[in-house]
Amino acid sequence: MRRYLTGIACIAAGWSVSIASTYAEPFPSTYQALASEPTLISNATILTGDGTRLDQASLFLADGKIQWVGSGEIPDDVRRIDAAGRWVTPGIIDVHSHLGVYPSPDVRAHSDGNEATAPVTAEVWAEHSIWPQDAGFTRALAGGITTLQILPGSANLFGGRGVTLKNLPATTYQAMKFPNAPHGLKMACGENPKRVYGSRNKAPSTRMGNVAAYRSAWIKAQKYRDDWAAYEASDKEDKKAPERNLELETLAGALAGDIIVHMHCYRADEMMTILDMADEFGYRVGTFHHGVEAYKIADELAEKGVCGALWADWWGFKMEAYDGIQENIALVDRPEGSCSIVHSDSDEGIQRLNQEAAKAMARGNAVGLDIPPERAIRWITENAAKSLGIADQTGVLKPGLMADVVIWNQNPFSVYAQAEQVYLDGALVYDRHDPALQPKTDFELGQLMEVTP
Amino acid sequence: MKATMNRFMASALLTLSLMPSAFAQNLLISNASVHTMTDAGILMNTDVLITDGKIQRIGQNLPVDADVPHIDAAGAPLTPAFFAGVTVSGLSEVEAVKEAVDSEYSELFTQLLHPEFDVRTAYNPLSSVIPITRIEGFGYTLLAATRGDRSVSGLGGLVRFDGGFDSFEGKPVLFVELTGHAASSVGGSRAVHWMLLRQAFDDLDEENDDLMSPIGRKTLELVKDKGLFVFHVNRAADIVQTLKFAKRHDLKAVIHGGREAWMVAEQLASARVPVIINALDNLPADFDSLGARLDNAALLDAAGVTVMFSSGETHNARKVRQVAGNAVANGLDHSAALRALTATPAKVFGGNGRTVERGAQADLVLWSGDPLDVTSLATQVIIGGKADPMKSRQTLLRDRYLPTNSDLPRAYIKP
Repeated sequence: MRRYLTGIACIAAGWSVSIASTYAEPFPSTYQALASEPTLISNATILTGDGTRLDQASLFLADGKIQWVGSGEIPDDVRRIDAAGRWVTPGIIDVHSHLGVYPSPDVRAHSDGNEATAPVTAEVWAEHSIWPQDAGFTRALAGGITTLQILPGSANLFGGRGVTLKNLPATTYQAMKFPNAPHGLKMACGENPKRVYGSRNKAPSTRMGNVAAYRSAWIKAQKYRDDWAAYEASDKEDKKAPERNLELETLAGALAGDIIVHMHCYRADEMMTILDMADEFGYRVGTFHHGVEAYKIADELAEKGVCGALWADWWGFKMEAYDGIQENIALVDRPEGSCSIVHSDSDEGIQRLNQEAAKAMARGNAVGLDIPPERAIRWITENAAKSLGIADQTGVLKPGLMADVVIWNQNPFSVYAQAEQVYLDGALVYDRHDPALQPKTDFELGQLMEVTP
Repeated sequence: MKATMNRFMASALLTLSLMPSAFAQNLLISNASVHTMTDAGILMNTDVLITDGKIQRIGQNLPVDADVPHIDAAGAPLTPAFFAGVTVSGLSEVEAVKEAVDSEYSELFTQLLHPEFDVRTAYNPLSSVIPITRIEGFGYTLLAATRGDRSVSGLGGLVRFDGGFDSFEGKPVLFVELTGHAASSVGGSRAVHWMLLRQAFDDLDEENDDLMSPIGRKTLELVKDKGLFVFHVNRAADIVQTLKFAKRHDLKAVIHGGREAWMVAEQLASARVPVIINALDNLPADFDSLGARLDNAALLDAAGVTVMFSSGETHNARKVRQVAGNAVANGLDHSAALRALTATPAKVFGGNGRTVERGAQADLVLWSGDPLDVTSLATQVIIGGKADPMKSRQTLLRDRYLPTNSDLPRAYIKP
């Protein structure tokens, strides 16, 4: 129940164009897909991730990409997997995780998710806190997670940048960093920032204080953006470039739409305040995270094209989570143009996002919303990829996208379902029946050596 | 397998419940798959007749007067109402709102140990948490005192979700904290806990008022004679210490947490000490839990240890069903998991039997499908022989926002 301070995020590489032209992208991705062989998966029930279900169907992966779904050419010498009785989905995507920044073991020395020293810390990047030896990554992989966004916590109004990772065990986070994925900007509404700073008799101590501080920061970011734009538009000859400011660089990136705004916000009224503020400063909120009351404004969210990354059943752990209902995800999914997402914010939940989606689906169906598995799977695949700005690369089983695939031993919308195989860019990176393909972190190696399982 | 309830009968039931009890209150559940939790196993196409809150008859095609209220289960599973695990239901309305939480004590600058701190005196059956949990198929919980800043958290026990102010049952249960986290608040070492506990038991006959008050000593004695001690421990070494301590002082112990319990399963089995686990615990969450694994329940059960489940949650206590389902996905027998959620806690902690058999209390649930699966729902909860209206603050919020349009503001929709 470590929930008070964990928190959200949404756009691309987080590097506003004008400023990016001046500096190379720092901390670049060094991710490389593992070697793979052309793989044909046949006889499966396939949920493509964008609302389609195919029975007794085939899927062909080669060169790290989905080659075709349904039918197509089969070259000689491909690895063939008969998936009779099994289900295939895109790799599962969690848009809200704190793996690595609040890792296991949960010790103070590794508690690196909240730079809770000032309410505006847009200058910090979650990736600089990630401990890649968090066993949570390997457990999530066993649950079918292929992509995840690591966010700062919600102690601050602007918590810093989030980073999207491919879930390949690695020694550095750079080797996990999703190539060409935009950064996220984590922001937080409500109780957490005002409690953290209010309790120190500092601003903000109220919700109005929260909003005043966001707006003041956006005003500075607009000026910073404009100063840079003026400089870039000038002949530069006798002009000095504006001084770089990491905080404002991130905010300007969000204003420009290069960094996706992921907003931790529970209450319906507060989400609407945030949307008005986004209009005032001309930026987009990509995704509201947690949104325990999102069901109250489902139409407004769909109209604005804002995603809601939500829990299936969490409620009551604090006042702003008091109105949680189990139909939240299904109700947010209901309007045309909606973008409902199941997120975890939990090292346990991320291991079974399929079950979380199953619970939400069942609640929707119980009130007549008629949600089949092929629709519900979008909540943890296609919609999640949209939220992270990577829908052109993963999240759906369609030709040309990354071959991020899970083979489940049965319908994934069951408590008994288990991921049997997980493919990342076409490479088999987890196999439930092959211990050689079950990664173990450095931290876990050699622990409890005298114990025989 | 949808359980349907005749609307007319539902209203008839509500009327009946308001009538003087001189009339026998009957309810017939017909055509259910009855999970008895006894040696009778599962009875298919079976009727259950309830009279005055107790199960009167079980059988096929029971002859019943036409005016007896009747629920056609249409083949759906019927189980005893589930055990919600170790919770602070009715002690915590909103977890982060301190004045609405009563499950723990701290900074009480009196004696070192307060076994007499009894959370049942703070229990509020009218909390929104109770119906929210009950309509998901839960009939009772182990009401716990949670970790404050002392070794002994306090006294609790089973409570039944029937809305009564005094619906406690079973034996007195004393909660003791011995994890590494607890050590940080008491003396800096878990050895301090053992030191204090040993003093407490060794000094029971002496009047050491620094350690405990007279009523504290009396409480400890009562629990020792008639109750149980729930030790919150995860590390194998700490579990072994607990077993030694329980033997030395002749206590009935239960392990709560038990993430590394599988490592000492044989010792637990031979000491006949039951274990309450969260079967989702599989991370090295701290240095007490390096051995946490998903098949903990299966390994313990195979070694003959009595296993029960808790989700570690109160507001979302209903998640314990998913916890048990995952234990089954990881090797535990389905019927063992169902027993762990029904009859087993009753057997360990006392109170009503939580079985479906003649004479048993009629706290029952009809399910839309496999009660352990995440896509199944409780379709009808029956407590004390009465059909629950299946409403909670959450269903009312849902029903307020479910209509796509509303001419008046939603505040005028009062479902």
